[in-house]
Amino acid sequence: MDMDFIQRFTPMYVKAAGLTLRIGAIGILLSLAVGALCCLARWYRVPVLKQIASAYIELARNTPLLVQLFFLYFGLPKVGVKLSAEACAITGLTFLGGAYMAEALRSGLEAVDRAQTESGMCIGLTPLQNMRFVILPQALATAVPAIGANAIFLIKETSVFSAVALADLMYVAKDLIGMYYKTDEALLMLTVAYLTLLLPVSIAFSLWERRLRYAGFGGSVQGQ
Amino acid sequence: MSDKPILEVRHLSKNFDANGVLKDVSFAMKEGEVIVVVGPSGCGKSTLLRCINGLERPDGGEILLDGQRIDTGADLVQVRRQVGMVFQSYDLFPHMDVLGNLTLGPVQALKRPKPEVEAEAEQALARVGLAEKAKSLPRQLSGGQKQRVALVRAMLMHPRLLLLDEITAALDPEMVREVLNVVLDLAREGMTMLIVTHEMRFAEAVADRVLFLEGGLVLEEAPPKQFFHHPQTERAQQFLNTFEFDAVR
Repeated sequence: MDMDFIQRFTPMYVKAAGLTLRIGAIGILLSLAVGALCCLARWYRVPVLKQIASAYIELARNTPLLVQLFFLYFGLPKVGVKLSAEACAITGLTFLGGAYMAEALRSGLEAVDRAQTESGMCIGLTPLQNMRFVILPQALATAVPAIGANAIFLIKETSVFSAVALADLMYVAKDLIGMYYKTDEALLMLTVAYLTLLLPVSIAFSLWERRLRYAGFGGSVQGQ
Repeated sequence: MSDKPILEVRHLSKNFDANGVLKDVSFAMKEGEVIVVVGPSGCGKSTLLRCINGLERPDGGEILLDGQRIDTGADLVQVRRQVGMVFQSYDLFPHMDVLGNLTLGPVQALKRPKPEVEAEAEQALARVGLAEKAKSLPRQLSGGQKQRVALVRAMLMHPRLLLLDEITAALDPEMVREVLNVVLDLAREGMTMLIVTHEMRFAEAVADRVLFLEGGLVLEEAPPKQFFHHPQTERAQQFLNTFEFDAVR
């Protein structure tokens, strides 16, 4: 193990980790927004939008992210749309993540007891108020584990972005291996970098999940 | 008690519902009146209540609240602000404390100021013996406590009419009493209530009139004394007998 090498290139990894984290965070937030829109379009059975959402979800979930990225990065310029590597990465991640988040949120909505909805109706809430105050908070609580798994999945998927010349963690590792043949060191640092990024995210979601469970709703613990 | 009917149900029918079907149900109730609906399970009792506040859409007939048709499916939100309902399974909102459960409707649906509603809610809680539970979560309450909170939640909307759908069916015997006491108090205060229950002694005590529902039809409609002690139909007699036991030795 070449410690000098590790020391010398750690700053590169830190910088790349920053990029990975930034793109991951933006992508996750946008995914949640897209997912919520798709989920609600299907939940409220909005004509046309509902079909579009369903088609999009199937398309995004059943094609690899790499193919989606190639389409954005190499395909779109052919029809005159030129995105930067970073915009490409964020768009691609959102495209993929939106579909997964939509499904996570749907499972949350479906887990809310029908009686809860009726209870909200019986105290005179409008459908929108019922969604906001009664259904959504419970649905989100149930969806947290799935949302957390998706968030981690999406951060990991950013490794694919190295293929569109974005200097993320994976790209740096491949670069160093190509230049110095220090495969062991480069891959070790790559693993450590991803773990450093993802373990806190994973722990944060676990804690959040546990807090919700202690609050007495969400998860498999008693609904009432 | 005025003579004008607060609720009129005319030739109500509802086919194909999981809770039973209604064939032809008619009755009227006056302000302050308490009507108890009894009958074998699947006879349409719950369906009747659910039709009245629009949780089910009737297939035929008319429902009028204060002389206005409410069965057309239009403005159900307004209807439900005037017709409260409490279910067997309490259905408190698990993510809110008791006070949050109680104030949500009045604050959001009726747009009343929150401090005012909270003060009223705390008073109402005290009246049902739950003054110290305002900050508790539903899961920290017993079944009887939850159901009392559910009753208060419905009452804080100041409904014209309250529908109670087997509200003690899921409770242990000693908890049944604490919930029924609250309902008896409401009756004394002049609340108009349509009650579905299997507690026959309670029904006799609280009802001004009893409707005996069977197979989606009103087979008997009578004051409680007459219904429970001198039922007119053979079917009602059979039904009431199921609550009696002969001595074994």
